[in-house]
Amino acid sequence: MFDFLEGYDLLGAFWVTVQLTLLSAIGSLVWGTVLAAMRVGPVPLMRGFGTAYVNIVRNIPLTVIILFTSLGLNQTLNVTLGAQRFDVINFRLAVLGLVAYTAAFVCEAIRSGINTVPVGQAEAARALGLSFIQVLTLVVLPQAFRSVVGPLTNVLIALTKNTTVAAAIGVAEAALLMKEMIENEAQLLLISAIFAFGFVCLTLPTGLILGWVGKKVAVKR
Amino acid sequence: MKLRKATAASAAVLALALSATACSSGDKKDEGSSGGGKKITVGIKFDQPGLGQKTPQGYSGFDVDVAKYVAKKLGYSEDQIEWKEAKSNDRETMLQRGDVDFIAATYSITPEREEKVDFAGPYLLAHQDVLIRADDDSIKSPADLNSKKLCSVTGSTSAQNIKNKLAPKANLQNYPTYSACLGGLQNKAIDALTTDDSILAGYAAQEQFKGKFKLAGFKMTNENYGIGVKKGSDLKDKINKALEEMVADGSWEKAVKANFGPANYKYEPAPKIGEIKS
Amino acid sequence: MSSVLYDAQGPRAKRRNVLYTVVFLLAVVALGWWVFRALNDKGQLDWEKWKPFFGSEAWTTYILPGLQNTLTAAFLSVLIALPLGAVLGIARLSDHVWIRVPAGVIVEFFRAIPVLILMIFGLALFAQYTDVNSDDRPLYAVVTGLVLYNASVLAEVLRAGILALPKGQTEAAQAIGLRKTQIMTSILLPQAVTAMLPAIVSQLVVIVKDTALGGAVLTFPDLLAAVSPMSSYYGANTIASFTVVALIFVLVNFALTSFASWLERRLRTRRKSTGTVLPPAAVGGTDSTGTAA
Repeated sequence: MFDFLEGYDLLGAFWVTVQLTLLSAIGSLVWGTVLAAMRVGPVPLMRGFGTAYVNIVRNIPLTVIILFTSLGLNQTLNVTLGAQRFDVINFRLAVLGLVAYTAAFVCEAIRSGINTVPVGQAEAARALGLSFIQVLTLVVLPQAFRSVVGPLTNVLIALTKNTTVAAAIGVAEAALLMKEMIENEAQLLLISAIFAFGFVCLTLPTGLILGWVGKKVAVKR
Repeated sequence: MKLRKATAASAAVLALALSATACSSGDKKDEGSSGGGKKITVGIKFDQPGLGQKTPQGYSGFDVDVAKYVAKKLGYSEDQIEWKEAKSNDRETMLQRGDVDFIAATYSITPEREEKVDFAGPYLLAHQDVLIRADDDSIKSPADLNSKKLCSVTGSTSAQNIKNKLAPKANLQNYPTYSACLGGLQNKAIDALTTDDSILAGYAAQEQFKGKFKLAGFKMTNENYGIGVKKGSDLKDKINKALEEMVADGSWEKAVKANFGPANYKYEPAPKIGEIKS
Repeated sequence: MSSVLYDAQGPRAKRRNVLYTVVFLLAVVALGWWVFRALNDKGQLDWEKWKPFFGSEAWTTYILPGLQNTLTAAFLSVLIALPLGAVLGIARLSDHVWIRVPAGVIVEFFRAIPVLILMIFGLALFAQYTDVNSDDRPLYAVVTGLVLYNASVLAEVLRAGILALPKGQTEAAQAIGLRKTQIMTSILLPQAVTAMLPAIVSQLVVIVKDTALGGAVLTFPDLLAAVSPMSSYYGANTIASFTVVALIFVLVNFALTSFASWLERRLRTRRKSTGTVLPPAAVGGTDSTGTAA
């Protein structure tokens, strides 16, 4: 029944999906936090930049961004991100696109988390004479992060699913393999079920585990 | 009262959506029925200059001219032809399901395809080749491609051919369409674009690329372009006859000159019907 | 909140902020200059490449038909997904286990799977098991994928909307002797749907963005798919074509987002009594955040 799987690297494809997800998650968490800091910070130009970035990027389809990294950055501007082979270049470009896109949502999640931190916390920190960066990194953000585990989990799950868009620039992840298999093999329903199951396996535990973590670390108020 | 306003608002949104979709389906029907009377549906490529291209002025290219001539001989005038885009992957399915009457879309006759559909022709003999920058002297044989960045179209036989036989080590980038490769070729992000020389010549001849690209002239394969029809269709013989007439009365030569002339493409003489070079 | 994070600025802080502004501005300008130089070197800024977008030809041949397909797919999807989502959402609130559990499984399943996977499946499904015309197949596949996913999301939005209603609404309805169906259709649903409107509109943004997947992977002739024949005809003006297409997406979605928040503000101020309005970024929002592809 599963003979047709021979010759296809199913686990390899899902491993690429996992790699895309993890690398993009780390990148977008960092860039998203920086954006959030800009948006709540005292420098008007940075606030404006953060707001504009989030509002523009959120309204562009990820597909456009990913295709642009390949056709625009790579093919037109010769950005290779330090790689030689196209499979490596495309993978890195996909991570770059996913980070640029996902960071906008991470930024908004963190900003909503900052809003849940009681005003008194920041006021007390300021009364101690802490600077903006100190208030943010020592007092506000640690509490904010603990309350946004839930929303960030949703972003992470969405990111996992969004990695399939990398198929548009030929990154050999799960969706591309599925398309190839469907074109060459007859077992449409079985193939689809396998890939659906694969994604359920990736997203469902993420939601359950991080949901539990979120409850565990939430600041009880 | 409050509720009613909200419902009215949502009703307005729905109505808007409905009318938007209604419009589009209406448009489609218009396309299908304009002109009245009998129609013939022809599958062509939409994005290959010189062969089949959708332009603001209509459709143009050698495949289009051949299709027009054949349709005329079958008894259809130009405005009775309905053009459809036949993407490489879809061609057999489109014929098998009867979505189109015949396909003239850089459609190479191969044994695998002949199991599924019938071919009239061939009407043109092309060869797989590579397009390189005009000032690039480093690619002298197909083996030179091993150290080069090569672009082709996802799932195309040209890409597989290079990878399996001619230059297995080539750094291959795949895009959904050939046009996506052109910018990269110009900007040196890739070194060569591979597919049939007839298609490549069309791109090289485009106004914006004049003098920037050249064909390497490798003739790596023989591609016998045929007109695809449904298996067992009686159109095959009629189209064959039309193609013979097209060569005989000089229309073939004229169409080739008009479409490939500007590209400086050294096309092969008109092939004999049924003579397939492998 | 943001102003709580830092003190009112004294002379030193002001000077420091000016310094930050200048440094940041320099960084942005440097990046912009690099991009400009690179584009200019490649001739991507030549007037030739941009000119087509200032005439009507490029619009009527490539862009507008593409945009129309994008909007058609989006509206069809939301039209079908809304009632389906409502049914799923209500079913998930059912008192009967044999309705509640399957509905829950369906909703969770389709929310866990990428839309692209659903679309690829739909395309092959229509090709192999139906006689849908090859022209319409990509549209059907795109709409199928979007409906399955968004119906599940909307089901959750509706469920959250109903659960967010004050308990007194149900209790009062029960007190006057309404049956379960009556409570749902004449008391809970109307209020929940009104409260959901902003969330539904902002879900439309997600749908519009997701149609681009069809253009890139399924040969659906949408706005994004217009880039390829367009840049092939106008001589590889890739950057220009992408910029124009991205700009249109931003404008369409920005209009939808603004409409959603206007709707939310309006509903919020008007309905002070029950006061349950789901903000655009509520249930659907957090989820849609990223789904959006």
